Amino acid sequence: MNRKTLSFGVLLTALSTYLWAQEPVLNAPGTVSAGQSVKLAAQGHGSATFYLVGPNRVVKRKISLGEEIEIAAEDLKIAGKYQAIACNGGNCGNTQFNVVASQPAQLIFFLHPSRVPVSSGNAVNATALVLDREKNMVLSPAKVNFKIDLPDGSSSTRTVPATRGIASFAMDSRSRQGKVQVTASIDDVSEPRVIQQVAAEACGLRMTASPAGRFVTFQTDPIRDCGGNPLPDGTIVSFTKTDSTGRSTVDSPIKKDRAVARFEVSGSAKVSVACGVVVGNELSLGGAQ
Amino acid sequence: MKWVLALVIAAVTALLLAGGWIQSGGMKLHAERAAGTPEEAVRALMADIQAHDWAHGYARLERSNHLQEADFVREVGGSDGSLRTYSALQSFDIWPVHADSEHATLRVRMNWSSAIGSLDEVRDLQVAREGNTWKVVWPKPNFPDVPLQVLPVNYLRWDVIGRRSDDWGSASVDTPRVRIISMNAVERPDSVVIVGEVENEDTVPAYVNISAALLKPDGSPLSQQDSFDAIAHRLLPKQVSPYRIDFPGARLNQVKSVRIDAHPLLIPASADPVISVESQNVAKDPLGRTTLKGALVNQSGQTVNIAQVLAVFYDSAGKPIWVSDGYVEDALLPQAPVPFAVDIPGDVAGRMHDYHVVVNHYIAPTT
Repeated sequence: MNRKTLSFGVLLTALSTYLWAQEPVLNAPGTVSAGQSVKLAAQGHGSATFYLVGPNRVVKRKISLGEEIEIAAEDLKIAGKYQAIACNGGNCGNTQFNVVASQPAQLIFFLHPSRVPVSSGNAVNATALVLDREKNMVLSPAKVNFKIDLPDGSSSTRTVPATRGIASFAMDSRSRQGKVQVTASIDDVSEPRVIQQVAAEACGLRMTASPAGRFVTFQTDPIRDCGGNPLPDGTIVSFTKTDSTGRSTVDSPIKKDRAVARFEVSGSAKVSVACGVVVGNELSLGGAQ
Repeated sequence: MKWVLALVIAAVTALLLAGGWIQSGGMKLHAERAAGTPEEAVRALMADIQAHDWAHGYARLERSNHLQEADFVREVGGSDGSLRTYSALQSFDIWPVHADSEHATLRVRMNWSSAIGSLDEVRDLQVAREGNTWKVVWPKPNFPDVPLQVLPVNYLRWDVIGRRSDDWGSASVDTPRVRIISMNAVERPDSVVIVGEVENEDTVPAYVNISAALLKPDGSPLSQQDSFDAIAHRLLPKQVSPYRIDFPGARLNQVKSVRIDAHPLLIPASADPVISVESQNVAKDPLGRTTLKGALVNQSGQTVNIAQVLAVFYDSAGKPIWVSDGYVEDALLPQAPVPFAVDIPGDVAGRMHDYHVVVNHYIAPTT
């Protein structure tokens, strides 16, 4: 072996060692849409081990440096910060990129409560969360439309800008009982919810007495709240009679807007009526009324 | 040799049987069944009731009032799935009230073990002399005789339908809205008791339980309990129930504050049956205890197997000071009044200004 050949061999070995010892360089776009594949540029020579560390998964595979690395859409479903690492022997190069939510494709919609008394201020809360098709919250500015359909057939629309993916507003319950449908929508996505506006506390609770022999039947007038909404059937109305035999009570459910109780009355008696914490009129029988 | 062995085995068996009989109270039972005195007559009857030996018990009764065996069994053993049908006489105490040569009155305190715990019953029994023996004069029970009729029942029923979704943000139904409308911590000789009332403010039925924690001055819990059966768990819309939570062994001076929570659940329910509470009166019982007495009338057409009475007592300011509860041992047959009584502690009776009674019920499922 002559001297020239030896020098060339040493130079080649040094160059190979230099190239082998150089850490791989990865280049990635700053942001990537969730659920879309992406290609990273990988500079260097030879083969390397590639790692992708994301919020919910880690990928490891062999790559050839100097070629583009394709990351499948499947591996980029979740929005967040991703780190790509390529290791060639003991030398590693890495880069970071963000995966952000793509276009709004889903709404999670809460309409609360499912039953609300009529005429209650700020009692209904509507909250919509804007998500892309991979269920990532869409943090970019978006406007959510809320369409409110009332029991009387009228409807109104309210547009609420989403802040960090959440659009929310509160509204008063209306004065008429019945179903209220609120539909949240963005682009071509919509999500309807229905709540029930129900009668509030009884108002002007009043009963009358109809004697029949030794029994007296007590019947309330139609029981309504202060807005004129009838209290639902099954609501409990308490009748209390006090006479010489003692006290008698009966919890009677409303049937067809009225509650009825029948007592045997001996001598003078007082009868009162109540619905929950609302007290109605008192009747005196067998004496001054 | 064979015969000797057989005789020995037979003798040992007889001895063991005799020992077992004595051990199980056979001697005592035999003595109790010999009714030479009024007390022995009552004791023997109680022993028969304990042993569910209705025929033998009935044979001991003086029958001038034409008491039928079926009526005696129905009264003592229970019927229609009542609480008494799930009970057994555990023990009894007898003491004389009055006695002469022909008649005697004895007071019996019967302790029944039942499905809901121990129940006490006090009865005055008349005993009459018949020759050399004494016989109990069991009063003829007056069972309700409701004429045959058709009773239309068309009360509302609430059903909960649909699939419960586990998907976050999917449509759901809220739990019923209930409110604790009063609460008072009361110190008793051996415990601290929280009493109060809870209302279902919603338009749907609720299953409600109340839990409470007594908190020490440093905020840590001293004790945690719930209302268990001292509440009407099933509350229809706008219905109010008293509740009582017992903290055995606690003292009020150990307690800085009380944390109380209502836990409502949406349940299917029916507004039927309606049970009226009639002729409520506060009176003294034969033992001198203050009791709230009255009668329950099942206004429905369906038999109520077990009924529980809950009574809340208020002071002059309208604050609840005590909640008593008691089970009714007889089933509530439609339209038939059934008496009840609940105890009122002596100190509560002195301060009580008003009261309110509600009825809890259990209907056995039909098969």
